[in-house]
Amino acid sequence: MQRRRSLSSVRSPISWLSCLSAGAHVAFAQGPQTTPSILAPESTPAHEIYGLSLFVLLITGTIFVVVAGLLTYAIIKFRARGTDDQHEPAQVYGSVQVELAWTVIPVLIVVVLFLTTARIIFAIQDAPKPKSALDVTVVGHQFWWEFRYPKYGIVTANELHVPVSTAAQSEPVYLRLLSADVDHSFWVPQLGGKTDLIPNHPNEMWIDPRHTGLYLGQCAQFCGIEHAMMLLRVYVDTPDQFAAWVKNQQQPGVQDEKVAAGRHIFETQACMNCHTVTGTVAKGTFGPDLTHLMSRATIASGAATNTPDNLRAWIKDPATFKPGSLMPAMQLSDEQINQLVAYLSTLH
Amino acid sequence: MADQSLPISGPLTEAYPTRGTFLEWLHSWVVTVDHKKLGILYIVYAVFFLLVAGAEAMAMRIQLAVPNNHFLSPELFNEFFTMHGTTMVFLVGMTIIFGIGNYLVPLMIGARDMAFPRLNAFSFWLSAFGGLLLYFSFVGGFGLYGMGSAPDVTWWAYAPLTAKAFTPGHNTDYWALSLIVMGFGTLGAAINTLATAFSMRCRGMTLLRMPLFVWLMIVTSALTLITITPLTAAQVMLIIDRYLGGHFFDAQAGGAPIVWMHFFWVFGHPEVYVLILPAFGIASEVIPVFSRKAIFGYPAMVAASVGIAFVSTTVWAHHMFTVGMTSVGNTFFVLSTMMVGIPTGIKIFNWIATMWGGKIRFATPMLFCTAFLFQFLCAGLTGIMLSIAPWDWQLHNSYFVIAHFHYTLTGSFLFCMFAAFYYWYPKVTGRMLSEKLGKWHFWLFFLGFHLTFDTMHFVGILGMPRSIYTYEADRGWNTLNFWISMGGFVQAIAILIFAWNMIDSYRRGKEAGNDPWDAWTLEWSTPSPPPAYNFAEDPVVRSRRPLWDIKHPNDPDWKYER
Repeated sequence: MQRRRSLSSVRSPISWLSCLSAGAHVAFAQGPQTTPSILAPESTPAHEIYGLSLFVLLITGTIFVVVAGLLTYAIIKFRARGTDDQHEPAQVYGSVQVELAWTVIPVLIVVVLFLTTARIIFAIQDAPKPKSALDVTVVGHQFWWEFRYPKYGIVTANELHVPVSTAAQSEPVYLRLLSADVDHSFWVPQLGGKTDLIPNHPNEMWIDPRHTGLYLGQCAQFCGIEHAMMLLRVYVDTPDQFAAWVKNQQQPGVQDEKVAAGRHIFETQACMNCHTVTGTVAKGTFGPDLTHLMSRATIASGAATNTPDNLRAWIKDPATFKPGSLMPAMQLSDEQINQLVAYLSTLH
Repeated sequence: MADQSLPISGPLTEAYPTRGTFLEWLHSWVVTVDHKKLGILYIVYAVFFLLVAGAEAMAMRIQLAVPNNHFLSPELFNEFFTMHGTTMVFLVGMTIIFGIGNYLVPLMIGARDMAFPRLNAFSFWLSAFGGLLLYFSFVGGFGLYGMGSAPDVTWWAYAPLTAKAFTPGHNTDYWALSLIVMGFGTLGAAINTLATAFSMRCRGMTLLRMPLFVWLMIVTSALTLITITPLTAAQVMLIIDRYLGGHFFDAQAGGAPIVWMHFFWVFGHPEVYVLILPAFGIASEVIPVFSRKAIFGYPAMVAASVGIAFVSTTVWAHHMFTVGMTSVGNTFFVLSTMMVGIPTGIKIFNWIATMWGGKIRFATPMLFCTAFLFQFLCAGLTGIMLSIAPWDWQLHNSYFVIAHFHYTLTGSFLFCMFAAFYYWYPKVTGRMLSEKLGKWHFWLFFLGFHLTFDTMHFVGILGMPRSIYTYEADRGWNTLNFWISMGGFVQAIAILIFAWNMIDSYRRGKEAGNDPWDAWTLEWSTPSPPPAYNFAEDPVVRSRRPLWDIKHPNDPDWKYER
């Protein structure tokens, strides 16, 4: 009887699943959180997964209650008691009918789970790409993220800016995932499942965040010593904010005569080998593009906030925040570092 | 001396030298080809590395107890989780199952030794040296670079992180070579187990009268032959890439890192079943004896085990739902993975049905098996959750996955191993393990296990990825991680109680006698510990429970078995 009840409950939730997820939605604050919980979805793929997960939880939860209940009952009811006689209990060797029943019922459950899952896989993976979609190329590097916007000619790092996608104006973001070295994985739980960045194997995923704000994530495939500090920030902007951000990012690097000394150091030391500042001779691509460094809230892929003090400490010895970072300590004097930080601080 | 411990024919007297010098005693263990002594060597070796890998886990839990901790450097943390995983799977899991199998399979089928005693010894020593090779990397991993370094590329060692460009030094070489060496040892043990079970059974013991543990060792050994092969092939390719200019996994030269993933998980997923199937076998021996009932649905249990083995070879890419397979590919592996749940479900139901209507005695082995049933149920259900590819896109590589596989490997596999220790220790040593310490061990380990691994599910759902040496303080993971670490300490205390129980009971334990549990399989008809020749006369059996038939001559099994 208990088994049959678990089956009939499989069908009905499909209809009220949407109600359930809507109810759960109210329970959680809308918008981004500092805890990157998969229970607070803010984008269509994450929502679909969340709804599916509630359905699966319901089925597996029912199975657990039934089976664990039987087991508990057996433990309590059939435990040996001091008052027992010394006879062995009746020996039962099996029963074809019973065994057939507990083979067929799981088969039916698997069919239901499989069909439901297949529907969501196709809905997310094979969703047609709308014309309005924004393309962003994500390149994973050992311990930082590179973001390229081919449509706008922008290159930035570690902090992804995307426009909010509303019901009226849907503007999903399609991420093309590449890797410059080893395997990485792009994971911002509130926006969607993770997809790996594998060299020589371009992948794609899409998100359409519904609320503005900052969403947190990080690399989810071990990529080397500083894998833990390969953090990821996604800013979802209003259309106006996004347009302003794009406009700013398209400008070449600010050239301020007051910090010429720092700029000279940047362009004559090894900095320029790895970093780019557009409009100057620095055209390195091994490290993050620094043209608009000051437009970012963090440095070192989220390992530290972007303050002059942290920048100073970072340049003096990157191991302060990130031992194993591929950026070397350049052995500069304190005066040189101050000049360099003054220059970098003008790169808005 | 070497000839003395060979199974030569002669008068069946005391085969072990009674009193000798320490060197003679040591020598007798090094040159032994006796399946029981080799089994003990395997098990002692496995328990030693269980303590080592457990200590590595404890160091990691101290590091993760609070955010932004500096207890371990990132290098050391990465080495520890790589070594913890590799050690637990290869040096603890594989050796302990073949150790217990080695000891029990000949005794259970009424044989005097394994089919190939010398191959048996060779397999053990290969496994042992493989393990030492792996751990030697702590002092020799950087070779000429002048400092030690253990492998730090995770136990799945995805390419191209293992390429020379990203992992210079020799630590990855130690990892690959030690797995090749241990792999050959494991293949030898598997071939030996198969040959023994198929050709050494006593008179009357048909395949369908074998104890289920022997059946499960057959299935596991067959699966080992299938899975170790691609692992060894992958390691050879890795070595070729690293030293002979190969490009199997080198993306910059047109190689495919994904090929490594396929090779590794074609090994890696069935490997989980290689470990868990003998645990099923142990549960299938312990649960009937302590419920005082025959196993329910023996033919179905055998069929389900073979079924699990077949299905398990078709599910590997569920470890790769996030690597960008096509939607059709993902869908296929969703279905194949879910199918594992069907034979597994049959097993759980059969165990419950075995308990149903019995008189269950909750001695320590049964306590561990009962907890195993609950925890394996949970592990199966979280496994179903992870088989849902879209949900796996969220859960993959998060602490939810860590929680899931520790539910299978600790909550299920290790709990059954503990049941086996408490159940068969009297047979091996002639003395009972202390029930009092056993109950302390059980309840503390049970409590610590749930504190740690139940909590890990939640921190995974809150977005914490695996393999990170530290985390930010504002992510909402702090409290949960603290309790996970506390649970780790409770488990560590329980393990120390267990280790003490093993040592103390060997000296002061209660005399066990031949058959302390009133059990039914052939090993309990021998003295404890069994003599070198096992059985003075070849036994003859008529049913699956030969000792039941002797104890109940009016109501023997062979009248009712189907």
